[in-house]
Formats: sequence, structure tokens, C-alpha cells
Amino acid sequence: MAETLDQKQNFLKGIIKENPVFVMLLGMCPTLGVTSSAFNGLGMGVATLFVLLMSNIVVSLIKSQVPSKVRIPAFIVIIASFVTVVEMVLEAYIPFLYEQLGIFIPLIVVNCLILGRAEAFASKNNLTSSVVDALGMGMGFVIALTALGATREILGNGSIFEFRFVSEDANTFILFILPPGAFIALAYLAIAFNRLTRKLA
Amino acid sequence: MKKKESTLINMVVVLFVTTLVAGLTLGYVNDLTLEPKARARLAKKANALKTVLPAFDNDPVPAVIRVKSGSSRDSIEIYPAFRGNGFAGAAVTGASEKGYSGLVKLMVGFLPDGTINNIEVLEQKETPGLGTKMKGEKFLRQFRGKDPSSFNLKVEKDGGGVDALAGATISTRAFSEATQQAYDIFITHRDSINEQDN
Repeated sequence: MAETLDQKQNFLKGIIKENPVFVMLLGMCPTLGVTSSAFNGLGMGVATLFVLLMSNIVVSLIKSQVPSKVRIPAFIVIIASFVTVVEMVLEAYIPFLYEQLGIFIPLIVVNCLILGRAEAFASKNNLTSSVVDALGMGMGFVIALTALGATREILGNGSIFEFRFVSEDANTFILFILPPGAFIALAYLAIAFNRLTRKLA
Repeated sequence: MKKKESTLINMVVVLFVTTLVAGLTLGYVNDLTLEPKARARLAKKANALKTVLPAFDNDPVPAVIRVKSGSSRDSIEIYPAFRGNGFAGAAVTGASEKGYSGLVKLMVGFLPDGTINNIEVLEQKETPGLGTKMKGEKFLRQFRGKDPSSFNLKVEKDGGGVDALAGATISTRAFSEATQQAYDIFITHRDSINEQDN
């Protein structure tokens, strides 16, 4: 297979042109669910990045061995295994983060971003391109979740990364910590992001 | 390399091998992390005990007493603390299923006379930024030094003395209920713990 992909473009597309959250609107469940603080968004982003990277590697390595009719179940088993590994390792070695992300870690399995990249990219491209694709897409996801989490934490709690800049009694927009605030903040961030990238392009 | 045909044999073999490898990997990682996981839990418990109990010089973890309570699914744990030869107090776990997202589990430290020394949240899944503030100093402060026999462990809205978290009355109710449960257990078993020592 002739590989003519420019790897720099391949990496950047995940962050800007095809940003999974702001442009492709993939993986909305964890995006809206965990981003009530900047730290949670970052933690979820990094965990997803890891799973995405590992699943892209494995899928691109075994792609020729998997009959196309059973590729989806095979991919899901691979992804679910990596998610479970992440969950066990976090619980054992970073119990603090495990407590914070708790119920959202198993949900990485159903993040359509990961299955989407396995299906649309890793099963058609070689190992190097798949790794670069996973890193780009994963970074795009990390950046988006951290930005969304930071926005909601600043507006809703008056702090960023747990560092408070208003007093504990101050009235903040609690709405932004609650689920409706996730939708509102995401919409405005997506608008701003698309405006900005269009202007730059 | 050519893609494998979707024949029955191929599909069965590929799925079988995939699940087998996945299963073995998970089993191996599970074995590997079993001990650190247990250690992390134990460290958390020891830390919580140190936070909620007054100064003590015994090891409360092996001295744990487990009692069954009708209102709770798990058995309730009582960790007695001694200093010198005297009874210094006890830490009791309390739980409530009435949180905004289910279980709220606390560890409450009592002085021998029933006064609350300190409280630590062991488990909760409340709304981040609202219910999770139950772990905050500002909320916990109001319980310290209070004796539940005279301090009504109910949210102010329900006629008690607990100042509820803004926007998280349900979480506060669960917290208060768990504290009350721990107190009831402590009072019931206080004398038997005390005798054990002497």
C-alpha cells in the first residue's frame, strides 16, 4: 500500500480541522458528563487518549487478519479490554483520579470516537499513520475537554484546577456545573472554535 | 496482505482468539493490581481514621467490630481507639442510599461522650461542584464538637440544625442521615467497646 499521507497534516487534523469534539461532535457522552471541572476533563481526556492510542495500534496490526463481517465485535473486545486495564491500573496506582472519574471510565468503551477511528482509520492505514492519527485525535479530545471543563469550572465554581479566585461564599453560575450548562458551554465553545479556524484558514 | 474472507471458520477462529487473548490479558492485569488495589484501600481507611479520631496509640484497623444494621446493606464497621489505657473514642461508618446519585458513605469519629470529633467522606457520587462540597471544610466545620443528642442532625428545612449545601439539599440530607446512623450505632455499642478494654 502506497503511503503518501503527510504525517504532520495527519496529526494536526485531529486537533483543528477534524477536532473530534468541536468539529465532528463525537464522544458527546463523556464530553458533557465529566467536564464539570478542568481537572476532570483533563483526566478523562488523557485516559481516552491512551485507550485510543492502544486500540489504534492493535487494530492496525491485526487488520488483515480480521474478516470484515466480524470486525466490529473484534474491535469492541479490544477497546473494552484496554478500558478495563486502565480502570484497574488507575484504581491500584492513582486512587485519587480513579475516585474522581469513577463511573465514567467504563463509558470510554462506548465513546464513538475510539470505535470510529478504529473503523475509519486504523483498519485502513499502516501502524505509523494510525499512531499519529490516534495522537492527533486524542490531543484534540484532551484540549477540547480541558477547555470545556475549565470554562464550566470558572463560570460555575469560580476556580480553575481547584484554585479558587473568588471566595467560597461568592455567587457563581451554578448552572454551568449542572448538565444544562454543559450543553450551553459546549455550543458556545464550538461556535468560537469554528469561527476561529475558519478565519485562520 | 489480503484481507481474510468472511467464512464461518475464519470468523469463529478470529473472535475466539480475540476474546481468549483479551481474557488472559485482563486476568493477568487483575492479578498484578490486586495487591496494590487492596493496599490503596487500606491506606485510605487508615488515613480516614487518622483524620476523624482524636489522638490514639492502638491500631484500630484489626480491632474493627462489624455489626449488622437493618437499615443498611453492608455491615457497619466500628473502629475503637485507645490512648494509654483509656477509651479515646471510636470511628463508625455510616451510609445512606438517599444521595442524589445513590450511596453516600462516611466515617464519623466520636469522642467517648458521643460528641462528633470529625467526619470524612469515604464514598459519594454527588454532583461535582454542588453535592461534592460535602467534602469541603466549610460544610464539615458545622459538625465538629456537636453532640447529636442535643444537636438535631437534620437539614434546617426539615427542622434540624444542619446548614444545607447550596443547591444540594438532597446530598445534605443523605449526609445527615448517614451521620445519624453512625451516631445511633456508636451509642448502642459504646459500652460494650469500653468493657472490652477493661
